[in-house]
Amino acid sequence: MNSIEIKNLTKRYKTFTLDNINLSIPKGYIMGFIGENGAGKTTTIKTMLNITKRDAGQVSIFGQDIDKDEISIKSKIGYVSGNMFYPKKTLKEVTKYYKSFYDEWDEGLYLDYLNKFNLDSSKRIDELSKGMQLKYLITLALSHHAELLILDEPTSGLDPVARDNLLELFQTIIENEETTIFFSTHITSDLEKCADYVTFIKDGRIIESCSKDDLIDKYRLVNGTEKELLEVKERLIAFKTNSFGFNGLIKTIDLKETDSFKVGQPSLDDIMIYNTLHKGGIL
Amino acid sequence: MKNIVVRNTIQTPIYQQIYDQISSQIMNGDLEADQMLPSIRTAAKELRVSVITIKKTWELLEEQGLIYTVQGKGSYVRGYTKDDLDELKLEKIKDSLKAVIESLKSYNVSKEKMIEIISSIYDAL
Repeated sequence: MNSIEIKNLTKRYKTFTLDNINLSIPKGYIMGFIGENGAGKTTTIKTMLNITKRDAGQVSIFGQDIDKDEISIKSKIGYVSGNMFYPKKTLKEVTKYYKSFYDEWDEGLYLDYLNKFNLDSSKRIDELSKGMQLKYLITLALSHHAELLILDEPTSGLDPVARDNLLELFQTIIENEETTIFFSTHITSDLEKCADYVTFIKDGRIIESCSKDDLIDKYRLVNGTEKELLEVKERLIAFKTNSFGFNGLIKTIDLKETDSFKVGQPSLDDIMIYNTLHKGGIL
Repeated sequence: MKNIVVRNTIQTPIYQQIYDQISSQIMNGDLEADQMLPSIRTAAKELRVSVITIKKTWELLEEQGLIYTVQGKGSYVRGYTKDDLDELKLEKIKDSLKAVIESLKSYNVSKEKMIEIISSIYDAL
C-alpha cells in the first residue's frame, strides 16, 4: 500500500509553478525529497497537505482522499516544519496544548520518548539545541501514533553528529514497518545513508522519483580527454572541462560499448549538480 | 552478524559489497548453519544503508542458495556439507578469475603470459 499518492498536483503562483507533480511512497519506507533552494520542495509539501490550496490534481494519503477525510488523515500525520512554535514556552506547556488536538495521544509513550531522548519537559523550547528541538517535535508526532512523518528540511542547521543521530532515528522509526517518512533536504549525503526512495525536483517539476539504488544505476559519471568529449558531448546531460580533460554525467542507457573513456558510479550529489545544469552546458 | 564493512567510496554497489562479505562468511563457516540473520530493517539500520539495498542482498543470498527464509520468522543460514562448500568456493574463485582474465585480455596479454604473471604473483605472496 502507498502511504502517499500524488497525481498531477499543480499550484500556480505569479512567478513559480509547481507543475504536474506525481509521486508515491510505499508504506514503511523513507523517501528523501531533494532539490535546490526554491525548486518547490516546501510548496509541494504544503500543497499536498492542503495548507495552501492546489489548482489541480489529487492527493491520497493512507488510501484516503485528502478532500474527503482531511481531519482523519491529519490525525495520523506528524508534520515538522523548520519553524519552532512558541519558543518561549516550556515543553510541558506546548505538549499540553498540542495533545488536546489528538484523540490518539499516548501519554505513556510520550513519557518514554522524553526519557529516551533526555528531554527535560520543564525547559523552554529556545533552551534546547536544534537537534533536541527536532527530537521533541518527533516525540510529539510519535506520541499520537503518527503513521506518516513529513519533515521539511529537518537536517538543515544541524551539526554532522546531530544529523547522523537523526538519520539513525529515522531508520529506527521505520523498523516496525508501520511508519513512513517523507523528508525534504538539500543535503544529498543525508539520503545516501538512509533513504529508500528519492524524489528529485527542479524548477517545480519532478526530474526523478524512484528507489535510490535505481536512481544511481540510471546515471554514470564519465571522464576522459578533450578528444573523447567530442565523441560523447551530445549524449551528456552536462559536463565540466579542466586542463586534464572533462567530467560529465550520462544516462546509463546512452553509453555505447565502443566508448573508451572512464565510467564510474555517481553520487546523488553528482546527479543533482549535473542535472541542475543545462544540457551540454559548461560550468 | 559481524565484521561487515560498507564503503561508499568504492565502485562496487553496496548490495554487492554486503553480499560478498556475508557469502564468504557462510563459506568460511564463520556463520553457522541455521543461524538466524537479523531482520532486513534491523540490518539496514545497523549498516546504515537503505531497506531496499538489504532486501536485494537477502534475495541474492537466497537465490544463490546460501540462506533460506521462513515466512513470518526470518532468514537463516543454510547448512552445507564440505563438498557443497568446496564447489561454491570454486565457483567464486572462477568468477573472480574471470574478471581478471577479461581485463588482461583487453590488454592483449597471451594465455601463457597470464599464467606466468599469476605464478609470479603467487610466489611473491
